[in-house]
Amino acid sequence: MGFGPYLLLATLEGLVTAAVLSLMALGLSLVFGVMRVVNVAHGEFFMLGAVLAWYFSSLVVGDPAIGFLLALALSPLVVALIAWLSDRLVLSRLKYEPEATIVATIGLLYIIQQLALTYYGADSRPVEAPFTWRIQLPWFGYSGYKLAVIGASILLVGLTALLMMRSRIGLIMRATQYDSETAQTFGIPVRRVYSAVFALGAALAAIAAVLVVPIRQAHYLMGQEPLLLSFIVVIIGGLGSLRGTVVAAVLIGLSDGIISMFFSPTLAKMLATLLVALVLVFRPQGLFGTAAR
Amino acid sequence: MKVRLLPSPQSLLLHLAVIAALLAANWLLPEYHRGVVSRVLVLAVFAMGYNLTFGYGGLLSLGHAMFFAAGLYGAGLTIYHLDWSIWPAFGAGIGAGLLLGLVVGALALRTSGVAFMIVTLMFSQVFYLTTLYFTTYTRGEEGLILQQEVRSLEFAGATFDLSDPSTRYLAGLALFSLVLLFTLFIIRSGYGRALIAIRENDERMRMLGFNVFANRLVALAISGMICAAAGAAYAVLFGYVGSTLASTQYSILPLLWVLLGGAATTLGPLLGTLVMFYVIDIASSHTTAHLLVVGLVLIFLVLFFRRGILGTIRARWLPWLP
Amino acid sequence: MAAMTATILHTRGLSRSFGGVRAVDNVDFDLEEGEIRAIIGPNGAGKTSFVSLICGRIASDAGEVWLEGQDISQMPAHQRVRLGIGYTFQITSIFPNLTLLENVALAVQSQARTNSFLNLSSRRLNDSAHEALLRVGLGERSGELAGNLAYGHQRLLEVAMGIALKPRVLILDEPTQGLSESETQGFITLIRQIAATTTILLIEHNMDVVMALAEKITVMDQGRVLAEGTPAAIRANADVQRAYLGEQP
Repeated sequence: MGFGPYLLLATLEGLVTAAVLSLMALGLSLVFGVMRVVNVAHGEFFMLGAVLAWYFSSLVVGDPAIGFLLALALSPLVVALIAWLSDRLVLSRLKYEPEATIVATIGLLYIIQQLALTYYGADSRPVEAPFTWRIQLPWFGYSGYKLAVIGASILLVGLTALLMMRSRIGLIMRATQYDSETAQTFGIPVRRVYSAVFALGAALAAIAAVLVVPIRQAHYLMGQEPLLLSFIVVIIGGLGSLRGTVVAAVLIGLSDGIISMFFSPTLAKMLATLLVALVLVFRPQGLFGTAAR
Repeated sequence: MKVRLLPSPQSLLLHLAVIAALLAANWLLPEYHRGVVSRVLVLAVFAMGYNLTFGYGGLLSLGHAMFFAAGLYGAGLTIYHLDWSIWPAFGAGIGAGLLLGLVVGALALRTSGVAFMIVTLMFSQVFYLTTLYFTTYTRGEEGLILQQEVRSLEFAGATFDLSDPSTRYLAGLALFSLVLLFTLFIIRSGYGRALIAIRENDERMRMLGFNVFANRLVALAISGMICAAAGAAYAVLFGYVGSTLASTQYSILPLLWVLLGGAATTLGPLLGTLVMFYVIDIASSHTTAHLLVVGLVLIFLVLFFRRGILGTIRARWLPWLP
Repeated sequence: MAAMTATILHTRGLSRSFGGVRAVDNVDFDLEEGEIRAIIGPNGAGKTSFVSLICGRIASDAGEVWLEGQDISQMPAHQRVRLGIGYTFQITSIFPNLTLLENVALAVQSQARTNSFLNLSSRRLNDSAHEALLRVGLGERSGELAGNLAYGHQRLLEVAMGIALKPRVLILDEPTQGLSESETQGFITLIRQIAATTTILLIEHNMDVVMALAEKITVMDQGRVLAEGTPAAIRANADVQRAYLGEQP
């Protein structure tokens, strides 16, 4: 296969990564934007989504599409519920104080991860794609499902954007993000909004996982790398900014896909992480508050 | 009342008593527990280094594994590949920790709050990935084993075999005692008071003429050195150097140990490390998912017990406890 | 009145904007050594912003600050403090979990230029800190926790910290706010004492305090210096009256 087609393949793979990453980063960005909470357990919500997808799809025999649809419907709901509970029981009690909250989400990470290890085990398990149609290009065949993932992601990101920009709920969320005190005096139940946002963020991660699990397999440690990538996306793309997150996700998904095809993935990760750390040091972009002037 | 620039006789006595008790334990403890405590002592040094940054400095670093690993690999690689003897290798480890502390500090201290946490986490990730990338030298997760022959120490004219359980325990205790007393003196000194005051109100300290950045940088440099000393000791006493010890888990563990024992107390790190070791030990016998307790304890601490054991004791009953 | 007094502090063209608002607009200001200068003006006039620019708490957009013939415009705040500018916060900023003595001891430690392990003898530290507390009338309570103090006393503690710095210029930002009548009187006496050895720059809303203490008054409005002069001249100044009270019919 020549260089051109190889690049095309890498690009397609990058777009799939970007698609999944957009959803996941969106969830993280939403939570940080509205609640000012850095959820280190976000990767575990992702993993949970995948593990639950395996579970629900394994309940159904026969047409894998049914199992998949069941997973797509139920998995994000369960994850959202767990997230909602975490917020009510732990995070809201901490009054979202930054340091305490991060430590709490670290604790949450360990709990979810280790419970998955206990009940799901250490194995990787596959989930069948709902359909196995392949598109035949002149140079190579490509999975139709992967293309569907890209499409689904575009759809979902669009829906989320619609929700945030055009709906009443979205308005309430944005008002709370902008000024939670004023929002409260306007009668907006800020605590409930926070719980809802946290649940929504987790649900987005779970949906991303359900979409990706037929491509990769479900494993109890699979949340770590997507978490790192999501962080990179959110930091580079800018807080709460939907557009920034999506643009950054596409950029990073593509570059990760392309770079990983040609260079060592470890080196790519190293450089990306270092780059992001330096961005935070030298150009915080008002993401985590301005440096004292 | 007076402001003292040295630890009180009471405090000094307490710390010496703890060291004496640990010394006696070398001969009183059954073999298994002595082995556990050897490990605890070295990791408590790591925790004490972290405590300086987090407890006394008020900076929540999520990346201290890199300092521990700097010492671990600094000593381990020089012994394994360059055939260095223990003392120079140990020095290399500490030097690596100091250098890393200064570099990371100079960069990370330009941020604050959540950004600081993320930046330290990321720098540590880079370090971890680096140990994986150069797998030809480090053998990555599998790691390097330092054989018994190279772990012999020349000291005061005699040769000590560091793989011998008793020698190992005493060496660990020596390092622990040194760092414990050092920490005690430094936090009672003018520098220590300034650091603590910066933690309490850095804006006010700035307007009192203190260079907040420089003071914090010094704290990170010293912290880096102490954690690296623990790492180097770990390599030399337990003979294993591997990537897992540079992973994020080893940034979370010292946070856990310090929180549990009592942040900003001198003896808290030891207590926290000791308790968690046994808690995880017991949990391990029941399940492979023993890290679950890490999560549970963290959430418990942050919700109900922020001061930790010695922190609570100090607040309620013993205000003189350093 | 000294015949020849030097300018101890001056600014030229000092400016700072926040968002679109010119908080401090091209201010030229001269402070003479040994004087007690009051800065007054309506809310939002830029008084606190102005003195914050002088002591370096916030960075300026443009202009210069000179202290005793030295350009300190680019220096960070802590360096300016070391050179002799003391600042007490508008909203009390102390260390509530430390004792009064420990609070002031930090200022002494800074002033003595030592921050290391063994240099400063604890006796000198304690004596100097105690002395500063005595001057503000808190000497008896040096062992108490600062957080347990009444608000008025906390403000006195701030002044004690300021004094302990042995500054060349002491900037007091609304120091009598929240003080009772008698506390305010005691405060006026204290400042007169301090002024014997230190140049005082005072932001105040309490006109009685201003009239009792100030030798010269600078009036600010909308980020600019509106008027400057003796208390009598300022009292009679029509522009000043307008700025405070709005347009007269």
